Parts: sequence; structure tokens; C-alpha cells
Amino acid sequence: MTDLLPLIVAKYNYWLYVILMMIGLYAMIAKNNLIKKVVGMNIFQTAIILFYVSIGYKKDATLPIIQNAHGGQDAHAAVIHAIDYINPLPHVLMLTAIVVSVATFGVAMALAVRIYQRYQTLEEDELRMRLSEK
Amino acid sequence: MKFLGVIIVCLTGGLLLYGTTDFPDWGDPSSPASTHLSDYYIEKTIEDTKVPNIVTSVLADYRGFDTMFETAVIFTAGLACFILLRDFRGKKERFYRHKPTGVVLHVKDGKKTLTVGKEFEHMDKDWVPSDLIIKTVCRILIPFIQIYAMYVVAHGDFSPGGGFQGGVIFGSSLILLAISYDLKTLVNRIKEKVLGIFAALGVLIFVGIAAICMPMGGNFLDYTALAPLVWDPHHVRALGMLGVEIGVGFAVMAVMAIIYINIVSEGRHDEGL
Repeated sequence: MTDLLPLIVAKYNYWLYVILMMIGLYAMIAKNNLIKKVVGMNIFQTAIILFYVSIGYKKDATLPIIQNAHGGQDAHAAVIHAIDYINPLPHVLMLTAIVVSVATFGVAMALAVRIYQRYQTLEEDELRMRLSEK
Repeated sequence: MKFLGVIIVCLTGGLLLYGTTDFPDWGDPSSPASTHLSDYYIEKTIEDTKVPNIVTSVLADYRGFDTMFETAVIFTAGLACFILLRDFRGKKERFYRHKPTGVVLHVKDGKKTLTVGKEFEHMDKDWVPSDLIIKTVCRILIPFIQIYAMYVVAHGDFSPGGGFQGGVIFGSSLILLAISYDLKTLVNRIKEKVLGIFAALGVLIFVGIAAICMPMGGNFLDYTALAPLVWDPHHVRALGMLGVEIGVGFAVMAVMAIIYINIVSEGRHDEGL
């Protein structure tokens, strides 16, 4: 137990994302309502997005926008050190992932609307009952 | 199912937490993710592209193919919503409200044509008078939101921003219009056809700029080949990225509005949230 605590403190970000991700996974497995399942999927995606963004973080570094790039006093003399800027790659990947997750959420909602129009319910057990009746 | 779910979640979570012991510490500058490729992006961005915002330069230039197909995915999502939900059959019954008196006409046979004067308005079945304060605040707010969205798109090369963010902000301003007034106001202002054309136009701008590079003598998405076409050949890559971001903004804006309109009205585009 004495070994575990410093380990958690050094990597507490991962613990938070794993907990959040498991909340989403549980909702996807155990919830009966289709909308709640979709919301669980969104929580799962959010955990992954946070995980990626935290990977890009560096201590004592600033935003990935080059300072004094245009018209600064020593614009051309200044050497750019990679250690001064946080990693831009996870931000790029997650930027597109967020918008795509919104779009897929929209498609999931559209499917849910169609299911409701046809079967008048979104509860999974009732849906299964309706399907076995036919 | 709940018990099984708890077991699966605990097992997966335990394995993932066990795996985190091998992960780099929080904010470690020498972590594997921050050492190989990202250093090149940070150090060479100004030299290669003249764009200070590294996120934009990676998004639209180094990883341009990725972004192009992400835009295609968003366009496809909008198309899927349209195909799944769009219902061209009109409603069976209609309601008209006489504006001065508030008397409501209920037309039961929707197929018969009924011409009404200007003093009547077509209204939803569960119509409630919208709040004056909400309407006024939104009317003042929406133009500023839209100007801000255009700023975010246009300034994506130099400050936080870009096509995806600007497009989402613009789309949310359209959704705000639909919420604060009603759905018909939005559908009358921006026709469905226009939204569809904007969504396709956004993808076309992106792919078009990428494809023009080829007859100009470069590779696909190699903006340097566009230098004879632009007024500032020194910043040709920045201008190419700006064009691409505008295309992304169009596509995202239109798709957000298409998804919202189709879902809230169940595809009938007449009444909804």
C-alpha cells in the first residue's frame, strides 16, 4: 500500500480517465434504454479525448503556437525549442475526433428516432419482445 | 446483466489501471509521444509552412489527408441523418392562428388546399407563445456569434481556431435561432437545399484546392504548387490552409444544422423543438 500511493499521485490523470471510461462502458453494457447507451458511448469517447490531450501535456510548456513568428524583434534569430511547446499532435487528432463524435451522435439519435417511430419504445427488453412476437 | 456488467467493468478497469504503471508521468517532456514526430512539427512549422499555429499546420498540411476524410465522414453523417429521417409526406392536419384575435383554425384534411390571408399564421400543434426576452436577447446575440465564428475560421492560422471550431460555432448560432423562435423560422431563412449545397460545397472546396495542386505541377494537397495563383507566394501554404479551413467550416456548419433540423422534427421540417 505504501508503494501504491506515490504511483497514483504521479499518474492520477490516467486513473481519472480509466474511471470515466468505465462509467461509460458500464452504461453501454447495463443500461436498458438506447439513449442511455448512446450517452454512455459519449462518456467513453470523452474519456479517450481527455486521455489523448493529457498525453500531449509537458511541464512548463506553453500553447503550440509559435511566439513572435511574424514581426517580432528577434523573429528569425530565435531558435524554436520543442520543449517549450506542448505536443500539438494529440490536439489535432482530438480536434477532429470531437466533431466526428458529435456527427456520429447525431446519426445514433436519428437511428433511435426511427426505432421509436416503428416500435413505440426505446427500452431494449421491450424491443426484443416486439421482435420475437413477429 | 447488471452483475455481469459490473464484473466486466471491474476486470477491464483493473487491467487498464495495471497497464498505467508503464505509462509516462503526468507532464513528462521526454514521454514517447512527445519525442519523435512532434518535435519535428514544432521546430520546422515556421520554416515549412509559415504558420505559427502548429495545430492548424499539422491539421491542414502535414496531416491533410486525414482532415479531408474527416470532413467526408462529417458530410456522410449529415447525409445519413437526412436519408434515415427525411419524410416528404406532409402532416395530416394543420393549424392556423389568427394573429389579432388568437383564434385557431384546425384543418383536418391536409390534402385540401386552403388559402389564408396574411393575418393568419401557420403554427405548430403544441404551440406556446415564445418569450419576448428570450427572443430579443437571441436576436441581438446571434449576429455576434456568427461574426465570432467567421473570426475563428479566418484567424485559425495565427491563434486558436480553425474550420471545425468556427463551423460548430456558426452551426450553434443557427440552432439557437431555431430554439429561441421556432423551427419554421430557421427553415424559412435557410432552405434545406441551401444547407445541402453548403455541406457538399465545403467538401468540394477542400478536395478542389487539393486537386488543383496536381495540374499546377505538385502532388495532391501540396499547396506550394499554387504559388502562381496567389498574390503572396511567400505565404502560399498559409493561404492554402485558409482555403481548406473555410471549406471545413462550411461543411461542419451545414451538417450541424441538417442533423438538428432532421432530429427535432422527425424529418418533416415543419415543427419541432
